[in-house]
Amino acid sequence: MGEVISLNDIHRAFIMGGQRFEALKGVSFRVAEGEFVAIMGASGSGKSTCMNILGCLDHPTSGDYLLDGLDVGRIAPDQLAAIRNRKLGFVFQGFNLLARTPAVENVELPLVYAGIPARERRRRALAALEQVSLAGKENNHSSQLSGGQQQRVAIARALVNEPAVILADEPTGNLDSATSEEIMALFTDLNRSGITIIMVTHEADVAACAGRRITFRDGLIIGDSQTSQTD
Amino acid sequence: MDLLQTLKIALRALRTNKMRSFLTMLGIIIGIAAVIAMMAVGAGARHVIAQQIASIGSNIILVIPGSTTSGGIRIGTGASQTLTSDDVKAIMAECPSVETAAPTVRSTAQVVFGNMNWSTIIMGSTPEMFDIREWPTISGRGFTRQDVDGAAKVCLLGQTVAENLFGAADPVGKVVRIKKVPFTVVGLLERKGQSPQGTDQDDVIFVPLTAAQRKLVGSQFPNTVGAVLVKAKGEELLDKAESEVQSLLDQRHRITGAKEPDYSTRNLSEILAVAEQSSRAMSLLLGAVASISLVVGGIGIMNIMLVSVTERTREIGIRMAIGARKGDILLQFMTEAVLLTMIGGLIGICIGAAGATVVSGILSWPTLISIESVAIAFFFSGAVGIFFGFYPARKAAGLNPIDALRYE
Ligand SMILES: Nc1ncnc2c1ncn2[C@@H]1O[C@H](COP(=O)(O)OP(=O)(O)OP(=O)(O)O)[C@@H](O)[C@H]1O
Ligand SMILES: [Mg+2]
Repeated sequence: MGEVISLNDIHRAFIMGGQRFEALKGVSFRVAEGEFVAIMGASGSGKSTCMNILGCLDHPTSGDYLLDGLDVGRIAPDQLAAIRNRKLGFVFQGFNLLARTPAVENVELPLVYAGIPARERRRRALAALEQVSLAGKENNHSSQLSGGQQQRVAIARALVNEPAVILADEPTGNLDSATSEEIMALFTDLNRSGITIIMVTHEADVAACAGRRITFRDGLIIGDSQTSQTD
Repeated sequence: MDLLQTLKIALRALRTNKMRSFLTMLGIIIGIAAVIAMMAVGAGARHVIAQQIASIGSNIILVIPGSTTSGGIRIGTGASQTLTSDDVKAIMAECPSVETAAPTVRSTAQVVFGNMNWSTIIMGSTPEMFDIREWPTISGRGFTRQDVDGAAKVCLLGQTVAENLFGAADPVGKVVRIKKVPFTVVGLLERKGQSPQGTDQDDVIFVPLTAAQRKLVGSQFPNTVGAVLVKAKGEELLDKAESEVQSLLDQRHRITGAKEPDYSTRNLSEILAVAEQSSRAMSLLLGAVASISLVVGGIGIMNIMLVSVTERTREIGIRMAIGARKGDILLQFMTEAVLLTMIGGLIGICIGAAGATVVSGILSWPTLISIESVAIAFFFSGAVGIFFGFYPARKAAGLNPIDALRYE
C-alpha cells in the first residue's frame, strides 16, 4: 500500500505579543493509503494545528510535509488550492456550511471550483447527499437542518470530489452520542470504500472506530498504536 | 469557476442585504442619472440650435423697428413703424456684405374658402424672403417681382392653413378671401414644423408685401414695413454686415451722437451663441454633479464591500478550504461590486431618461437619449465598480485560509 502522508519533524511556532509559542515541537508520522487514524490528546496539545498543516491551510515553521509524494512546502498558493480541492476533504467541528445556501449547493461547492459543468455537478452532489442518507433534504438551508444533518451535508461536501484523504477535526464534537454513532458509521463506511481518514477526537469510543490512534501532548506525539478493532 | 455561478453567488449576496444594496447604489444611481441627463440636455440643445439655424436660415440679421429702450423704459420691439420699403432697398443696394434682405408686414386675419374659415397670420413679403429662410414651395410657384410691383392679389399657403381650408386637396389655383379681399393661391409651401419657441411655423399665409400694405394692414403710413430679415454673404461677414446696416440706417434716419436709434438689430448667431452657452453651463453643472456623485457613490461601494468582506471572512475561509483560488475570490467580490454599480447604473439610466424627458418638456426641447450615451453611462457604472471594488476584493483574496476560517 502506498503512502499518502508523510510528516517529517514538523514545527509550528506562533508569535503572540512578542512571545514565541511552539504549538508543534517536531511531529513526524506517516499515513498509508486506506488507513483510519484517530488523533487524540488534551486540549491545547496541538491537534488542530497539525490538522491545519495536513490540510494545506497552514504552513509549518520548519519540517517537510509530503502529500502523495508532493512536497507541499514548495507549492504555489493556487496549486495548494487545487490540492485542497482535489485530494483533500474537510469536516469541521462547527460544520462550516454556507448560510442561506441550499444543502445541494453547499455540496456542489468543491465541484464549482474544480470547474465541473453544472449538470454533472448537480448529479454528483445529489449522489453524495444520498450516500449520507440525506436524499430529499437537498433544498434545505443549513438553518433548516439538525446538527447531525448539517454534519452529513459537510461530509457529503468533503467526499463529493472523491478525495484521497478526509480530514475531520472533532466532527462529532457538537453532536449527541446517538448522532455521533451515525456519523462514525458513515466514516467507517467511507474508510471501507478506500478513503484515508484522519480524525481528531476527544472521545475514546469514537477513536475506537479507527484502526490507529496517535496521541499528542504539548506539541509532541507521545503514542502511536494500532488498535485491534480493524478488520 | 464559471461566470454564471459567480453571478449567482453575487446576486444572492446582494439579495441578502436588499436595503443596504439599494442605499449603496444610490450614489451611482444619482451619478448615472446626471450623466444621462447631461448628455440628453447637451444633445437636445445641439439639436435645437441646429433646428433654429435650419428653420430661420443661416447668416441672418434681424432688423426690428423701434428702439429697444425708450426713455429708459423697455418697450415692445416691433411696435413702432420706423422702417420703410426704401430702407430695405437701400440696405440691399448699399451694404456690400449683405447678400439680400426681405421686409415683412404682419397681421392676423380670418381666411375664408367656401364654407371653411381659418384664423391665421398674414405675412406680406418679397420673393427674397423664401431664399433667406430656405423655404421652397412644393406645389405651384413662389412670388415674382411682378407680384410685388403690381400688388398682385396672390398668396402662398403654409401647410397648416392648407390642411384646414382644403384638407388633402391641392389648393393651387383656388381663390381664398382674406379680410373679404379675394386672393388666388399660387403656391403651397413646404412644411417647416415647430419653431424653437413651440409655435407652428406653417400656420401662415404669405402675400406680396405691397398687397399686404395696401389691402390688408391699413396703416396710415403705407410704405412702412415690420421686421426686416437681412442675409449676410457669409458667416464671417455677419458682424460686418450688421455694422454696415446700422451705419446706413443711422445715416438715413439722422441718428447722431447720443440720439437713441429708432430701430434695433439682432444678429441671430448671437442668440444661438447664448443658447449654446447656457446649454453648456447646464451640461457642466450636470457633469459636476455626475462626477462628484460617481466618486462619492464609488467610495460608498468600496466602504460597503469592505464591510461585506469582513462580515463574510468565514465564508471566504470555507471557500478557500474547499479549493477556491485567490482569483476565484477576487472575481467573486469584483463581480459583486460591478453588479452593484451596474444595477445602479441601469436604474440611473431610467431615472436620467425620465428626468431628461421632464426637463425637455418644460423647456420644450427634444429629448435625445442616444445609444451612445446609454453605453457610456453603462460603461462608467461598470468602471466605477471595477475601480472601487478592486481594493476590497483584493483584500478578500489576500486572506490567509486558516485565519479566515478561524475568524469569529
Ligand atoms: N493562531 C494562533 N496564534 C497563537 N497561538 C495559537 C494559534 N493557534 C493555536 N495556538 C496555540 O497553539 C496551541 C495548540 O492549539 P490547538 O488548536 O492545536 O490545540 P488542540 O489540540 O486542537 O486543542 P482542542 O482539543 O482544544 O481543540 C494552543 O496553546 C493555542 O493557544
Ligand atoms: Mg482543536
